[in-house]
Amino acid sequence: MIRNHRFSFARLWAMVVKEAIQLRRDRVTSAMIFGIPIAQIFLFGFVINSDPRHLPAAVVMADDGPSGRALLAGFSNSTYYDFTRRATTEAEAREWLQRGEVQFVVNIPAGFTRDLLGGRRPALLVEADASDPTATHGAIAAVNGIVETWMAQEMKGPLAHLAGRPPPVETRIHAFYNPEGITSHNIVPGLMGVVLTMTLVMITGLAITRERERGTMENLLAMPLRPAEVLIGKITLYIIIGYVQLGIILLAARFVFGVPIHGNLLVLLVGSLFFIAANLALGITFSTIARNQLQAMQMTVFIFLPSILLSGFMFPFRGMPVWAQWLGEILPNTHFIRVARGVMLKGAGLSSLAPDIMAIAVFAALMLGIGIKRYRQTLD
Amino acid sequence: MDSDLVIDVRNMTKRFGGRTVVNAIDMRVKKGEIHGFLGPNGSGKTTFIRMLCGLLKPDAGEGTCLGYDVLRESAMIKRQVGYMTQRFSYYEDLTIEENLDFVARLYHLPNRRQAVAESIEKLGLSARKRQLAGQLSGGWKQRMALAACLIHQPKLLLLDEPTAGVDPKARRDFWEEIHDLAEQGLTFLITTHYMDEAERCHRLAYISYGDLLVTGNASDVIRHAGLTTWLVSGPELNTLARTLRELPGIEQAVAFGETLHVSGADADLIARSIAPFMREPYLWQQVNSGLEDVFIHLMGTSSDNFHS
Repeated sequence: MIRNHRFSFARLWAMVVKEAIQLRRDRVTSAMIFGIPIAQIFLFGFVINSDPRHLPAAVVMADDGPSGRALLAGFSNSTYYDFTRRATTEAEAREWLQRGEVQFVVNIPAGFTRDLLGGRRPALLVEADASDPTATHGAIAAVNGIVETWMAQEMKGPLAHLAGRPPPVETRIHAFYNPEGITSHNIVPGLMGVVLTMTLVMITGLAITRERERGTMENLLAMPLRPAEVLIGKITLYIIIGYVQLGIILLAARFVFGVPIHGNLLVLLVGSLFFIAANLALGITFSTIARNQLQAMQMTVFIFLPSILLSGFMFPFRGMPVWAQWLGEILPNTHFIRVARGVMLKGAGLSSLAPDIMAIAVFAALMLGIGIKRYRQTLD
Repeated sequence: MDSDLVIDVRNMTKRFGGRTVVNAIDMRVKKGEIHGFLGPNGSGKTTFIRMLCGLLKPDAGEGTCLGYDVLRESAMIKRQVGYMTQRFSYYEDLTIEENLDFVARLYHLPNRRQAVAESIEKLGLSARKRQLAGQLSGGWKQRMALAACLIHQPKLLLLDEPTAGVDPKARRDFWEEIHDLAEQGLTFLITTHYMDEAERCHRLAYISYGDLLVTGNASDVIRHAGLTTWLVSGPELNTLARTLRELPGIEQAVAFGETLHVSGADADLIARSIAPFMREPYLWQQVNSGLEDVFIHLMGTSSDNFHS
């Protein structure tokens, strides 16, 4: 069909310029491109915060002696615990915990002061909703310090004899609803992959279907454009956009959340090029399959969920069943997360990350190939 | 091959599903000719045009367009054809200037900026060049689309209902322009539903439900139809029209202002049928059939392949 009709950079550039003007005029898409990374990074910032304070806590105070009150004041002073409720029974407090209304229950049993003074080692019970371990970790770790400070203040004068070993109080910590642990710094590099996947697949996913829906496709096809010129033209602009997004996330990671970057940033940027291209090519391929913009969006969701759930972003990759790991290996996000974590957290170099970068590159090339092949040059 | 022929195709056929939308159509269009392409909605005009410029693959057929093979060399054809789609298909979120610039880049125009500026100037769009195409009225959109299809100086223009929804003054200006361009050697294939426009074409082709029914210049087409038309004036023409339509040989009885056009293919039969009414207060006069009479006649005689 094509004779004497080579790939032309001038025509490719014409597409890029056209797309750039359209993007500039499309306020919603522009807002999405810059808004999503910013919104996501700050939303996820709560999870990333490894040392959250002022967590809601309930107290079950069955003892009204001065020692119990002093201990409770110690908890408040630590700034980890905000006592928002006072329960009369333990069951009531447990229910609040279950409903997520409080993160902790501090239980000072009946006869606490009396038993303390009698040297009978009363129990101090701290119950935690540990479904989000990152959220409770700091507060739980602080308990021993709180108790020690309290002892140092309380066990003076006539009570000094109680300050010896073993401690006069038996501290029991019960963590409820405890799942896998997630370390905070793992999330930011993963988040980069997720945000880029979400926005970039969607942007190009709409690219071809929009031309078709608006009727501009007929005109585009009637002009001497090759499929590769159209598709690469549409991708080129968004590679730049992808890097801008990456920059926003990296800046936020470094300066807002203090995630270290141990390795060479250049390696990450190289890996990102292939990753951005892979997502755009995937979107383009969706775009050639979908009949309208809605279908393209649905396909985007179809890739977006596995990219969160199976890529090692949300659950530890090695904890997944083998078949899920195989699926995960196909996703570019899985490899990108390894590259990002490798560079930022482990200081890994290009040599050790090359297999993952290669995998992403192969995916990108494959998808672009499918997209170009599927792009129909006729209206048939 | 006759080098004078810009379009020379035979047996062009397109099926969608089991339905034949374009049925073995031949077409020859000479250089500098304005070829009108007529037919009811859904008759296959757009499909035929799309096959010519490579937007649809013909199921059968052969021939050349601008000397290039229509089946194998559509990329070359696309470079020298300007195709104006029925629906406005430039970018509504780009300005006139940006749209033209985009097209100019795609065709590798040397002196692109100058070409764009000249095109804007020539079509009288200067004042509006920074306006978004989506905000233009129908007439201005049509002018812009024409400018865009002309910017690469094509040799053949395929215009699909270019004047639909455009006011009479703008239509007239548009046709003036078409004739000027044809004089300079451009060839046109134009679809239209307007009879006054059909009459301004050098040659006509009438297609109905995929079949080419008649080609030739306007008088050829009228002669070929062999239609007899009577003009009648008088009171209560509506009642008369209703009565006449029931009579044998009368295919059409249509009101035109104060008169009624009565026509049919069989001159004798029609004469017999109207004889009883050839008296006061009616005034009868045999006239030449118009294109519209002919086309409505053609529409009535062609079979609808939706039902076949």
